[in-house]
Amino acid sequence: MIELSNITKSFNSGKPNQFTAVDSVTLTVHPREITVFKGPSGSGKTSLLTMIGCMARPSSGRIFLHGLEAAVPFRLDGAETVEITSLPERFLNDIRRSTFGFIFQQFNLVKGISVLENVMLPAYPTGEGRPVFRARALELLEQFSITRLAGQRVELLSGGELQRVAIARALINNPSIIIADEPTAHLDSKLSQEFMAIAGRLKGEGKSVLIASHDPIVFDSPLVDRLVEMRDGAVVGSRSCR
Amino acid sequence: MILHPAALALLMIALLVSGMGIYAGYYGLRILGRWDPASGSEGQLELERRTYLISTIMSYILGFELMSLFLFIYTADDLHTLFTGAMCAVGSLAINSFGYPALLLKTINFILAGVWLILNYADNKGYDYPLIRVKYELLNLVVPLLVLESVLLIAYFAGVKPDIITSCCGSLFSHESSGFSSDLASLPHRPMQIAYFAGMALTAGAGLLFYLKGRAGYLFSTAAAVTFLIAIASIVSFIGPYFYELPTHHCPFCLLQKEYGYIGYFMYATLFGGAVAGIGVGVLMPFRGISSLAHIIPPLQRRLVLGTLVCYLLFTLIVIWKMIFSALKLG
Amino acid sequence: MKRTIERHLNILEFTLASLLRRRGKNLSLLAMYLLVIFMLASLQFFVSALKREAAVILADAPDMVVQRLMAGRQDLVPTEYATGIAGIRGVTAVRPRLWGYYYDALNGANYTIMADEQQAAGLPRAAIGAGVARARTLAVGDLLPLISYNKTPVMLEVGSIFPSSSDLIAADMVVISPAQFHTLFNFPEGQATDLAVTVRNPKELPTVAAKIATLFPDSRPILKSEIQRTYQSIFDWRGGMTLMVLSAALLSFIIFAWDKATGLSAEERKEIGILKSIGWETSDVLLLKFWEGTVISLTAFLLGVVLAYGHVFFLSAPLFAQALKGWSVIYPRFQLVPVVDAYQLAVLFFLTVVPYTTATVIPCWRAATTDPDAAMRY
Repeated sequence: MIELSNITKSFNSGKPNQFTAVDSVTLTVHPREITVFKGPSGSGKTSLLTMIGCMARPSSGRIFLHGLEAAVPFRLDGAETVEITSLPERFLNDIRRSTFGFIFQQFNLVKGISVLENVMLPAYPTGEGRPVFRARALELLEQFSITRLAGQRVELLSGGELQRVAIARALINNPSIIIADEPTAHLDSKLSQEFMAIAGRLKGEGKSVLIASHDPIVFDSPLVDRLVEMRDGAVVGSRSCR
Repeated sequence: MILHPAALALLMIALLVSGMGIYAGYYGLRILGRWDPASGSEGQLELERRTYLISTIMSYILGFELMSLFLFIYTADDLHTLFTGAMCAVGSLAINSFGYPALLLKTINFILAGVWLILNYADNKGYDYPLIRVKYELLNLVVPLLVLESVLLIAYFAGVKPDIITSCCGSLFSHESSGFSSDLASLPHRPMQIAYFAGMALTAGAGLLFYLKGRAGYLFSTAAAVTFLIAIASIVSFIGPYFYELPTHHCPFCLLQKEYGYIGYFMYATLFGGAVAGIGVGVLMPFRGISSLAHIIPPLQRRLVLGTLVCYLLFTLIVIWKMIFSALKLG
Repeated sequence: MKRTIERHLNILEFTLASLLRRRGKNLSLLAMYLLVIFMLASLQFFVSALKREAAVILADAPDMVVQRLMAGRQDLVPTEYATGIAGIRGVTAVRPRLWGYYYDALNGANYTIMADEQQAAGLPRAAIGAGVARARTLAVGDLLPLISYNKTPVMLEVGSIFPSSSDLIAADMVVISPAQFHTLFNFPEGQATDLAVTVRNPKELPTVAAKIATLFPDSRPILKSEIQRTYQSIFDWRGGMTLMVLSAALLSFIIFAWDKATGLSAEERKEIGILKSIGWETSDVLLLKFWEGTVISLTAFLLGVVLAYGHVFFLSAPLFAQALKGWSVIYPRFQLVPVVDAYQLAVLFFLTVVPYTTATVIPCWRAATTDPDAAMRY
């Protein structure tokens, strides 16, 4: 479970061009559910996800991760809860690497290297042996039926293939939470539906899925468990879809 | 002033190292002044990013100091032919009063940089930046020393005037030809041998005690530091003569020469490595109680102790081997 | 420990792949780097090879040479001095030497003319250096006509030619008998160019020198060790001077490297952003950049050193020879004996890799601290 309490993120604070991307958000995200953050662009969805995903630290407020202590690579005495807002970058990063998998709107694959290498990339700095994560990557490629693309460079792939590679990469370190930021923005309806099917499958495997989107295919999908509506950096509505 | 390529290289490194040091020190001061880990403000994030830069700079400084330490000794050795009466680096370093202080400071700076990196390592493992103040206060101690080292090095090379033939006469008569002492005043070998083996034994004993029971950390650290000094004096007193097989040859630098298979590099590396790790154990002692480091420091200290013991053991094995197989027998 | 090594290996592997991927950009950096190392290494190798040659020449020189000064200039030494010096305790032999330079108007070259007692006294046969033989196209048995100081020709029959291996010492040498020497230069009897003094115990050389200076106040004794020292510092000085000149090149390279490291392409910036966003930490990217710098430095260093080795020891350093050897028409045609040691390489390494590394520290850190969420903001 992820608990956000009074989270605020502002940029350029103290300067005339200061703006607040996320404004006093208090929210709970439940495990093994698909949570969708819905709202127009600029509503603060992405900023909120980066803070939940340990990519950025809030300007104020606190974020707690409950029940994830196994994934935290250092010991906090007797705590089942990790409060991540005051942790140094390298610790946030450790948590992020082991707990979260990211899927980006632009897919953000590295050009010039093969599909297989792209999928393995997040595992490089973990210190795991190459053969170990290579086997895992091949397994993921097989799962998404793109084994035949393993040696190909990503520039030559179609949109649907790119999406699958991006998802496979998000899963390489076996995270328990998947964060997807506008994953369907560059996909046609068929592929968008396919994405949601995959999200459902991941939920079935026990993972939590957090999606920021303003695509009806996503937020109207019957697979969604919880819908959080955002506007101007604040949560304007949160409801269960069950 | 001499325009020797190696001297130019050494001066350049000294300037680069002090420059990097001053840069790091400046940001160290800012960190000391504005540090607030509870804040997620952009200023704090920026400072946290700086810590990465400072760590990187310090690792480079450590590397450059170590390499240039050997280069300095080697250059001093190479220059000895320029001075009447200088037989090796011992003589060239004594050519003016800046040579030995520069060498000494280089050694100290190397050890300090090593200790800083040990602290840095421990600090990076704690989730709440537990040692940030200690680290940057130490940094502010190191930086002036780095600058002083450059000044001494510049003064040393600026004051080097080779004894060359002048147009009026041979150089011999242009200055008093008393020459420079080629031998260091050395301590008598018998008491030094006793001190050396006693120091090593004490370090080993305290080290084992600490490794197994987690006690006597300060004792171990002090013993390691003192034994380091004794070992350096011992090289001059008796270890060198065993290698050179000459009771009168006490030079601590000739060990680095090809004639002795460059064994000096290995010996000094083990000695310096052991000393840095050993001193590091003591420096970490006061911080064992900090909660975020309670699980970090003890295992780190055990690894450092092990490092010191292995390094000193290797050094001692070489010494014993040479004492047994050297053609020279000291009474 | 194992994890640390694996992490390094994984990141190193990615570094190598990235470097190859951005071949164009990295090649221009590598070429500059290579050029700087090549020049500095050639200089180093060349100077130390010359130092060695000079040491080889001086090895055969007498322990002490006594000259006479007249009005602050070197003058001829009366041979009586030799008898006086021979009387000093510890001196085993004093040999008056006759030598000088001869300007050959035919080809504008200077020969070193030496008189040698052993040169068969009666026969007008000379031993000449290979350089002289080349300049005058002479073979053994040919005649070498020289013009004496009273404008009469002296005909020398070439008795032998020094082998090319001794070229550095003997290229411009013409060895003749003392009688011929006196004729050729109209050299006064009872005088010598200088005196070569041999002393039984080398430790007594300074004492003997001091005694000579007292005995003959106008004499100037010079020890071999002093000559060696002077040569060494002259070579060091020349090397250092050239280095100063080359430091301009070094500096511009450093600026170039800084610029390259700072001006990351949009592509690269994006890539680092992606790496950070998928879980690479600042220190991982720093490690990536460290390996990148190491690979480039080592490649440039090894290639540069190998090329410089070929340039100096196989091609005899055409780029530096004129500047450093001194200029002469009869140019010794010799192959430098390769002398490369760890010390030279270390100096080179310090002169090139250290400034490069320092110049790239801050730009690398800047690149590495890209916000991890930069890839999500668009």
